[in-house]
Amino acid sequence: MITEEKIKELKHIARLLRIDVLKMLNRVGSGHTGGSLSSIEIIVSLYFHYMKHNPEDPLWADRDKFVLSKGHAAPALYAALARCGYFALSDLMTLRSMGSKLQGHPDMKVTPGVEVSTGSLGQGLSLANGLALASRLDKRRAKVYIILGDGEVQEGQVWEAAMSSAHFRLDNLCAVLDFNGLQIDGKVKDIMNIDPISDKWKAFGWEATVIDGHNFSEILKAFTWAEGVKGKPSIIIAKTIKGKGVSIFENNVKYHGVPPTDEELTFALEELSVTESEKN
Amino acid sequence: MKERVWEYKGLREVYGQTLVELGEKNPDIVVLDADLSSSTKTAMFGKKFPDRFFNMGISEQDMMGTAAGLAAGGKVAFASTFAIFATGRAWEQIRQSICYPGLNVKIIATHGGITVGEDGATHQCIEDFGLMRVLSGMKVIVPADPVETKRVIETVATEDGPFYVRLSRVKFPVLYSDKYEFKVGKSDILREGKDITLMGIGLTVSHCILAADILASHGIEARVINMSTLSPIDSDAVIAAAKETKRIVTVEEHLKVGGLGSAVSECLSENYPTLLKIMGITEFGISGKAEKLLEYFKLMPGDIAEAALNLLKKEENI
Repeated sequence: MITEEKIKELKHIARLLRIDVLKMLNRVGSGHTGGSLSSIEIIVSLYFHYMKHNPEDPLWADRDKFVLSKGHAAPALYAALARCGYFALSDLMTLRSMGSKLQGHPDMKVTPGVEVSTGSLGQGLSLANGLALASRLDKRRAKVYIILGDGEVQEGQVWEAAMSSAHFRLDNLCAVLDFNGLQIDGKVKDIMNIDPISDKWKAFGWEATVIDGHNFSEILKAFTWAEGVKGKPSIIIAKTIKGKGVSIFENNVKYHGVPPTDEELTFALEELSVTESEKN
Repeated sequence: MKERVWEYKGLREVYGQTLVELGEKNPDIVVLDADLSSSTKTAMFGKKFPDRFFNMGISEQDMMGTAAGLAAGGKVAFASTFAIFATGRAWEQIRQSICYPGLNVKIIATHGGITVGEDGATHQCIEDFGLMRVLSGMKVIVPADPVETKRVIETVATEDGPFYVRLSRVKFPVLYSDKYEFKVGKSDILREGKDITLMGIGLTVSHCILAADILASHGIEARVINMSTLSPIDSDAVIAAAKETKRIVTVEEHLKVGGLGSAVSECLSENYPTLLKIMGITEFGISGKAEKLLEYFKLMPGDIAEAALNLLKKEENI
């Protein structure tokens, strides 16, 4: 049962993560604002409610595993990992800097809690399949979760992997498509249309459901639905808004790979009702 | 000149058999193939351990990624297909998903080089040494005979990190006794000599031995080295050969660009500039019998001996 209290708590964490992400990106002066913000509620739902994991013991053998296939949303993942306690919150401000454990895209070798290295689009689902197969071989109940970008599914490898997930009946795998409708060069439907996306996954042997990717109640219900899917993989098509949470970034393709300026950050923090104590 | 009588064996059969033996010892070994398991011989493992064998269909990119995921999940993943598809089609997956994170994936590619034969240029991989050698953290091994193949497969199964091993379609002569020990990064001197060094890799090692026999009939004592580890190259052996024999011939079933000759010349240029002849391929292959193709590309023992004699005529470097 998902209580009002729980949803209120998750909303609070989502707001904190948005603030973290914007501060990080502004500090380093580069990185992906829009796609980090569109993934926040999904990542919060996984790390702060749904996944079994242990920040005290990142390599705990029975943990659920998460793959950020759209690796450019790394700031959102890093903020979640830091807020879970995988590393210090102060590390967040080292993002993309020389010697940082927070590389531009997720690096499993240097960041506690990062399961696999991603960043080159289209490769994550194959990795997730491998993790899910290994988990099954070891007779573990652990699940594998993956977030794919919508532009990302233009990559052919995604569909090779989609076939494999279904072929190997990976019901311990749940994918989420962060369907924010935009990619660097413009609208996904104009650049290279991926619709009808739900039908594509179903045709490849997956169970699919479509939800509002910013509504915690819908997200959590969808993960519970995925838990019940047996004998095949499941995908949650999460309709999201690129740049979600800050009006000037929302649905603005310009902010795919551009960080907030100082002025934009000030504006954004005000919109996110940042308190004095949260400003630092 | 005494004729050598060699026994010939297929490397792929040795690979398949060794995988089965390793699979019995280590339950964490998994094997992936891309619809060529009857050719690569991974089907032998698949028959014995169906739960640990994954036929990925004709999708090399997904195969490499899945192998990486299995390795990230604690498995030792062997991934096999033909060399051209393993290294060409899936190069970026190998770079991003296997080498960058340093995962325990062993890419064992068969059908390397022009001796693929009749299938022609589309299937003759003459770029894999270069494509794999440029990858940080990737160790590249090319066994010279069936005994070394077995040792190499056993070694990569236990040594951590990514490996690329090139095997061939054709049968290779048995050069080593069962006592042969293989070490990653160490070359092996098969014949001592002070006049010139012949360096082979894979099939061309046996051709270098035969070329040395021809040279011996001319009174020239050639050192023959099996350079089975292409990366990291055995610099000590290369420099020693340069110092002690003054001239080096490298021979490979690969483009002259990016392979053994390149690796040796990089080492020599930096450490001990020496007269060098690189024997390899300079253009796409054509259909034909393996033996005929080796003749066509001038990689036969007689060609090597001739190149060595020409190199011996050259003025030594100052």
